[in-house]
Amino acid sequence: MEVTLDFSKVKAIVEDYTEKVDSLIDSYADKKEQIISLLQDIQAEFNYLPQDVLVKISQKLDIPLSQVFSVATFFRAFSLKPRGRHLVTVCLGTACHVKGGQRLVDKVSRDYGIKPGETTEDMRFTLETVNCLGCCALGPVVVVDGKYQSKVTSDKLNRVLKQYK
Amino acid sequence: MVEQVRKLLEKKVESPEGLESLRQSIVAKRDPQRTCISVCGGTACRASGAEAVVDAFLDEIERRELQVQVSLKETGCHGFCERGPLVVIEPKKIFYQQVKPEDVEEIIDETIVAGKIVERLLYTDPTTSETITYEPDVPFYKKQTRNIFGANGTIDPTNIEDYIASGGYSALTKVLTGMKPQQIVDEVKKSGLRGRGGGGFPTGRKWQSCLEAKGKVKYVICNADEGDPGAYQDRSLLEGNPHSILEGMIIGARAIGSHQGYIYVRNEYPLAVRHARIAIEQAMDYGLLGKNILGSGFDFNITINKGGGAFVCGESSALMASLEGKVGEPKAKYVHMAEKGLWEHPSLLNNVKTWANVPLIINKGADWYAKIGTAGSKGTMIFSLVGNIVNTGLVEVPMGITLRQMIFDIGGGIPDGKKFKAVQTGGPSGGCIPEKFLDTPVDFDELTKLGSMMGSGGMIVMDEDTCMVDVARYFIEFLKGESCGKCTPCREGINRMSEILSNITQGKGKPEDLDTLEDLSEVLSAGALCALGQTAANPVLSTIRYFKDEYLAHITDKKCPAGVCRELIRLSIDPEKCEGCLRCLRECPTGAVTGEKKQAHTINQDMCIHCGACYDVCKFNAVIKR
Ligand SMILES: Cc1cc2nc3c(=O)[nH]c(=O)nc-3n(C[C@H](O)[C@H](O)[C@H](O)COP(=O)(O)O)c2cc1C
Ligand code: SF4
Ligand code: SF4
Ligand code: SF4
Ligand code: FES
Ligand code: FES
Repeated sequence: MEVTLDFSKVKAIVEDYTEKVDSLIDSYADKKEQIISLLQDIQAEFNYLPQDVLVKISQKLDIPLSQVFSVATFFRAFSLKPRGRHLVTVCLGTACHVKGGQRLVDKVSRDYGIKPGETTEDMRFTLETVNCLGCCALGPVVVVDGKYQSKVTSDKLNRVLKQYK
Repeated sequence: MVEQVRKLLEKKVESPEGLESLRQSIVAKRDPQRTCISVCGGTACRASGAEAVVDAFLDEIERRELQVQVSLKETGCHGFCERGPLVVIEPKKIFYQQVKPEDVEEIIDETIVAGKIVERLLYTDPTTSETITYEPDVPFYKKQTRNIFGANGTIDPTNIEDYIASGGYSALTKVLTGMKPQQIVDEVKKSGLRGRGGGGFPTGRKWQSCLEAKGKVKYVICNADEGDPGAYQDRSLLEGNPHSILEGMIIGARAIGSHQGYIYVRNEYPLAVRHARIAIEQAMDYGLLGKNILGSGFDFNITINKGGGAFVCGESSALMASLEGKVGEPKAKYVHMAEKGLWEHPSLLNNVKTWANVPLIINKGADWYAKIGTAGSKGTMIFSLVGNIVNTGLVEVPMGITLRQMIFDIGGGIPDGKKFKAVQTGGPSGGCIPEKFLDTPVDFDELTKLGSMMGSGGMIVMDEDTCMVDVARYFIEFLKGESCGKCTPCREGINRMSEILSNITQGKGKPEDLDTLEDLSEVLSAGALCALGQTAANPVLSTIRYFKDEYLAHITDKKCPAGVCRELIRLSIDPEKCEGCLRCLRECPTGAVTGEKKQAHTINQDMCIHCGACYDVCKFNAVIKR
């Protein structure tokens, strides 16, 4: 296969990326203590925390890189690896656990060969677990790309995941 | 632009009297008899599709030009989330449940235009088979005392005028016009209010220490981290009635002399963050926050901080470290946050529910407040009643109500004819309470006596299919993931417990394991730095105490009586019940199931990995787990 690189396009992508990152970081210039919020914003933008961005945060806001990394790794909501096209989050809070949440995790693991925290090779799904999404009355709850699925059964999970290619 | 600025200035209320006249003018503008369609917009109802219902109503109202006759309002969580999306038609409070966008036309035709009831959307009480038309008559609500949570279902959290119209911020004016800081603290003390976030610490005493603490800079903080997995009442309050929390915080700030407040809320709660943010902006516009509040000369601001969702960050010192932008690790207990908290300044930290109680106490008086509840626990408590229970949702009850009343009268008992086994309260620091204690009155001290605790109000009901060893393992696994690892007893103790419990659930348990677990518990409670570690053993100890026979069944008989622990169960198919539908055969990952269409299937035990997939998909209850 022949690959031609459209340099102006690549340049535009890179510039766009740099601009987004810069403006996000700059918006926290006078509230350095809110680094958690900044990381959340970055993750919301790129769906993970790219290493170069963490380095940039450290430089621009003058926070030791070790501190940036320790915050980024302390909270399990942050991911340092790129994630798949679709994020499947299974709730394992107590209410969902007693209603069979773990069996749903096992099912996704079995059907797609990924453990929690992993991504399928084709980048279709990333599986994650969470400790309560705050709608325990609807358990067991699974969220796919931000859309909540309530009272999920094995069948329902099959049906839902089929819609995400 | 000039117009906008002028408008903004107009909104600013400059005196307590000004607020009263604003309240009167809002109330006068509103016709209490006007039809209002109120749709629950809480997270659970949204998850069930409430937003599409709102859109459908908006379209339909516009299409039929009903804007003058009816208004539409999106409220916070009403509590009965399991039945969502909920729609209540005011002023009669007609209660429709599980409403879909397709139902909207009919509701407009029948109820709004013709004044009739749409029977099929009404709620049927599963115990009596009676259909209920009006919200207050629903048994789930009827037996509650909704002093704090009641307003959630009637006000639009994004409209400060709703809160003001319902009497909001009148406690603040009372405080600003006639109460000295010490008087405020005394009132809170006299009410007997205890912290709703975990420990049940007397709130007035905490306020007193902060009032007396030396320092010009002091902080007021609202703990909305809500780490207890299975509890969501803090989020629902912040989402549904953010101003009540702001009002509580402003009063607290006035009492201790603070000018800066923080709300620490987890990032997983985007709607709560948004509503709190809108509420703060509106309170600023109305002169209820910011400089010179209601012309009193008192300044106070509130900033929202989003937490990363680590359980330990709910602990007071870890929360403050996190607010400072550091990793959320607790500090040793001898450091008192009331004297040396956020950035080493005196800091007053209370839970969301605690703050929401404050305006009520000031408005109605400590004496009124102290009449509700038991000797040692005053007021009401909001519980998240979830798990294996018929009516799941948020309930507010006076302290002292029995577990049985909560679970059977309000919760409607256990679904599918199953038997009650235990109720877990207090989250990962709490314990499991068995059936014989169902008549215990629920308050801080009684729950502690049973080896559990009140905690933040999580109440997870478990039926006979729940394995108590697995529950203990679950909580220890949770805490293993959430321990910050700073101190050895917690880190190593929890790891060791997790190992032992995993072994027991896998049939590798030894008779001496129970003693070892008890010894480890002592190490944890004596040696851990913060309450996460100190209380980590509670779920284990309480299950050993009340469900020892289940542990023994796992250890000596290598059986899981509830059929949960994979390694200890055997799956088989009941030929009498099997319809030969092939579903289990298709689902089985190992090919262990064999059978022909329309004939009873069988499981080859040598190939079966006990994953339970066949059990989960069988629609005829033909798969037996034992
Ligand atoms: C591990 C751990 C987690 C906690 N999580 C929370 C929480 O999510 N929300 C909360 O209000 N309190 C939590 N607490 C209790 C707080 O440390 C603190 O006691 C409480 O917020 C004080 O408010 P209150 O007096 O109004 O209860 C937690 C404590 C520990 C040890
Ligand atoms: S007890 Fe556990 S969570 Fe608390 S400080 Fe020690 S290691 Fe961290
Ligand atoms: S799913 Fe149930 S009914 Fe269908 S073949 Fe399997 S055991 Fe039989
Ligand atoms: S438990 Fe799993 S492996 Fe065993 S028969 Fe059922 S589906 Fe197959
Ligand atoms: S336990 Fe799953 S949403 Fe709360
Ligand atoms: S979210 Fe609608 S009732 Fe709880």
